[in-house]
Amino acid sequence: MGAAYGQVKVGFITPQSGPAAVVGQDQLDGFNLAMEQLKGRLGGQPATVIAEDDQAKPDLGNQIIKKLIEREKVDAVVGLSFSNVMMAMLKPIVDSGIPAISTNAATSVVAGPGCAANFFSVAWQNDGPAEAAGKYVNDGGYKRVFMLAPNYQAGKDMFAGFKRYYKTAVLDEVYTQVGQTDYSAEIAQLQAAKPDAVFVFYPGAAGINFVKQFSQAGLNGKIPMFSAFTIDGTSLPSLRDAANGAITGASWDASMDNPQNKKFVADFKAKYKRIPSQFAAAGFDAAMLLDAAVKKAGPDYADKKKLAAAIKSAGSEFKSVRGAFRFNNNNMPIHNYYVFKVENATAANPVQTVGLALENHSDAYARQCPLK
Amino acid sequence: MTAITLIPQLLNGLQYGMLLFLLAAGLTLVLGIMSYVNLAHGSLYMVGAYCAAVVFDHTGSFLLAVAGAVAGAAMAGALIEQLIASRLYQRDHVEHVLASFGMVLLLNELARTVWGPQPLFLTVPKALGGTIDIFGIQYSAYRFAIVVLGLAVLVGSHYLIHGTRAGMLVRAGASNPRMVGALGINIKVLNGALFTFGAALAGLAGGIAAPIVSVQLGMGENILILTLVVIVVGGIGSIKGSFYGALIVGLIDTLGRSFLPLILRETMNRELANAAGPALASMLVYVVMAVILAFRPKGLFPARG
Amino acid sequence: MTSLSLKARAACLLGLVALLALPVLASLTGETFYISMASRILIFGIAASALNLVFGYGGLVSLGHALFLGIGAYSVAIPSFYGIGNGFVHLGICLVACAAVGAMTAAISLRTSGIGFIMITLAFAQMGYFAFMSLKQYGGDDGTPISATSRFGALDLGSSIHLYYAIVTVLLATIVGMYWLRRSSFGMVLRGARQNARRASALGFDVKRTQWLAYILSATTCGIAGMLFANLNAFASPSLMSWFISSELIVMVVLGGVGTVLGPVLGAIAFIGAEELAKAVTLHWAAYIGLAVIVVAVWARNGLVGSMASWASKPVKVQA
Repeated sequence: MGAAYGQVKVGFITPQSGPAAVVGQDQLDGFNLAMEQLKGRLGGQPATVIAEDDQAKPDLGNQIIKKLIEREKVDAVVGLSFSNVMMAMLKPIVDSGIPAISTNAATSVVAGPGCAANFFSVAWQNDGPAEAAGKYVNDGGYKRVFMLAPNYQAGKDMFAGFKRYYKTAVLDEVYTQVGQTDYSAEIAQLQAAKPDAVFVFYPGAAGINFVKQFSQAGLNGKIPMFSAFTIDGTSLPSLRDAANGAITGASWDASMDNPQNKKFVADFKAKYKRIPSQFAAAGFDAAMLLDAAVKKAGPDYADKKKLAAAIKSAGSEFKSVRGAFRFNNNNMPIHNYYVFKVENATAANPVQTVGLALENHSDAYARQCPLK
Repeated sequence: MTAITLIPQLLNGLQYGMLLFLLAAGLTLVLGIMSYVNLAHGSLYMVGAYCAAVVFDHTGSFLLAVAGAVAGAAMAGALIEQLIASRLYQRDHVEHVLASFGMVLLLNELARTVWGPQPLFLTVPKALGGTIDIFGIQYSAYRFAIVVLGLAVLVGSHYLIHGTRAGMLVRAGASNPRMVGALGINIKVLNGALFTFGAALAGLAGGIAAPIVSVQLGMGENILILTLVVIVVGGIGSIKGSFYGALIVGLIDTLGRSFLPLILRETMNRELANAAGPALASMLVYVVMAVILAFRPKGLFPARG
Repeated sequence: MTSLSLKARAACLLGLVALLALPVLASLTGETFYISMASRILIFGIAASALNLVFGYGGLVSLGHALFLGIGAYSVAIPSFYGIGNGFVHLGICLVACAAVGAMTAAISLRTSGIGFIMITLAFAQMGYFAFMSLKQYGGDDGTPISATSRFGALDLGSSIHLYYAIVTVLLATIVGMYWLRRSSFGMVLRGARQNARRASALGFDVKRTQWLAYILSATTCGIAGMLFANLNAFASPSLMSWFISSELIVMVVLGGVGTVLGPVLGAIAFIGAEELAKAVTLHWAAYIGLAVIVVAVWARNGLVGSMASWASKPVKVQA
């Protein structure tokens, strides 16, 4: 290990309070686990992590990123949890050139025309999981698909992503209200339409509400439910059996069988007494990626451009817990998308991999990004 | 729009209305009789749901869980009343808003500290897990039970307020607290009991809702807004008003969400209907409220003329 | 109270100097972040003052003022989306839109009173929130980044220093305006109606019309705050119209002192400032802030200005 040439400062911005806290907590825990394993160092250099709570409010996110860049003078920012908060932070990130690694949101804007050399997603591009589900449902020969999502941008993006790979005309696309807690009306509609498959996008509390009520209506097991970002490590503990049989499109799951992942899941369970979600995995990967990048950049790590370039090339070198990974021209991941099924929600290993949906998948917006 | 979809949607609207009624009843009593604006009512609902989940985790019994919800929320309510609300009854409404705003922040953070950010688990009891037959339609037994419970609370609270001495004292205290005090009744105890009763109802709502919604931080905020709409539509201080208000809001919201996009699709192209439908459905309840208030500024069945 | 005591005058002067000197100090010490933090606080000060006009002076509790913050923000975001960065265009759209929406909503809301008024204003804000959430081309819930910030000739609100002084100017204008309005006959009618609307009517004043005009004025001022906010964040999203922000505005006004001139601004500074301080110290800052708000509600009856007024009115001891 060479001489220490500086103190690496990383800003970590996620929601740590309010309903979104469960996602932010997982990302932070994943990141901290990696930092512990790296002995508090990134690239061999002593590192400080400044964790901030954006409360899932865009205006706060904007303020915090300015604080981290101007006052704390961090070398990189990680996290950037929800799409609307991420978008509010985009301009300060692009203007300052600070390397930013998202462990959750990557909208079509930031993957396409709004791409930047210093903005990366180590998690996924938002449409990916829906595209994977769409491909799987298409290949599965389902002809009558009923779709539901909340009426906001991400919901529309998910439907678009699904339909990019699902070629038959869908039965219906239902947009529900943001913040809605009772889905009995929509579930009744669904039943009346007699679909042979259902695709939903309900992140967070909405997912728990919907899946609970879907199961309660007796539909669990009767109509296969495909989803993106609806059932994951953060919602399984409160869904339990209601989630059995649900099939999710995603780039990672705790059940994936590669050496890095097995170690990560075991270590996470040992330290935090719960199964990690994909958000925790992204947090963990972000730290490992930064570690590789700082090592690569050497004493130049403090130069924002050089660090950003190092992150990009380190993408192909660091060992992600999901297996194969590298950055696309637009700094979005090129990785595999799988389809996972919840076999037994209360078992030690609740989820099994059912298939590979999209291999070495590039998002649909890469062509719109002028970066090479 | 066939009978097959209409009847379940009507039942859904009814059931959703009942849940809103449980919340609205407590809030409207406190507002109407003690004139206290309790924006922390949604947080009491959250406390109830959390208590239910915790009790269920330890005992596995749904009935005990609901009892825990009622007890937990009632205790929290009593504490809030003693320490904070009772000092503010004579003050301006906005000071109530300020205090309850602070309460919401405090309770959310306490919940996070005690129980963590992870949503909790609670499920529908096996006994009510199936479906029952209504007019040839299979409807969830649990949701039907909610409708029955709501009606029971309506009848029960009506009897309580109009048929018992305690209820008479409460109504008297609302019209003329000083006179009641002069007659030797401890108005402080009465107010405390009433506030606690309202909190208990909120806790009951939380316990009942917990199996079908996500038990998590901030779950009270969104439903609080709709509850306020209900009591304003129904008329402040009137249990009967909050019942009808809840039914109206529940039905309009449910039917609007299911049928408005379909109706729009008849008149405009699918793209536009898909975009406008949900937005209009979200706004529908507020539009209806605004219309009702334009003609009946005090709500449909105000307690005082 | 028309004349300020010596202590009060000194305090105001000190405050003014601090406001004007802040960017200079911040740049010199390299802590430029404080310029944007102060900008944010002062924008809320403007919005809270705007609310104070209908709420403090008029006694009309509006739980929907965030709607105008949002409209103001989108008056920048939408033209920017089409490449228009002319500040005068932004301002024009902001004023017209806020005045129109304010006029319409007030006309309906003023038919009710008390809790009904609170709820109707909330309803309108919710309608705006849902409407903007469903506008896909402007980002909907994701919000819209603003690339073309408001330019007024040489003044570019995209620059943090220009923006800060623009905010200070608007804030001072608002404070002076509120002070003048308070003593004007328009303001007197408004405040009189708050105490006893029937008496004011009986004296021949058109109470409803006064309240309606006050609401429009309040809405446009709040809209300007929204416009400044959009320039500060270079971003606009429907979340700016959420009822939570409307509640925070009310809290700031009450915290500072309802119906006073400086109250809302002090309330904004205190509330956001306390939040920032608490966040730096503990993870459980929300609990402490909640507790502090409760304490102020129960024990500091007239808000901060009330407490400060009693401090300021204690005579300065002078050695004979």
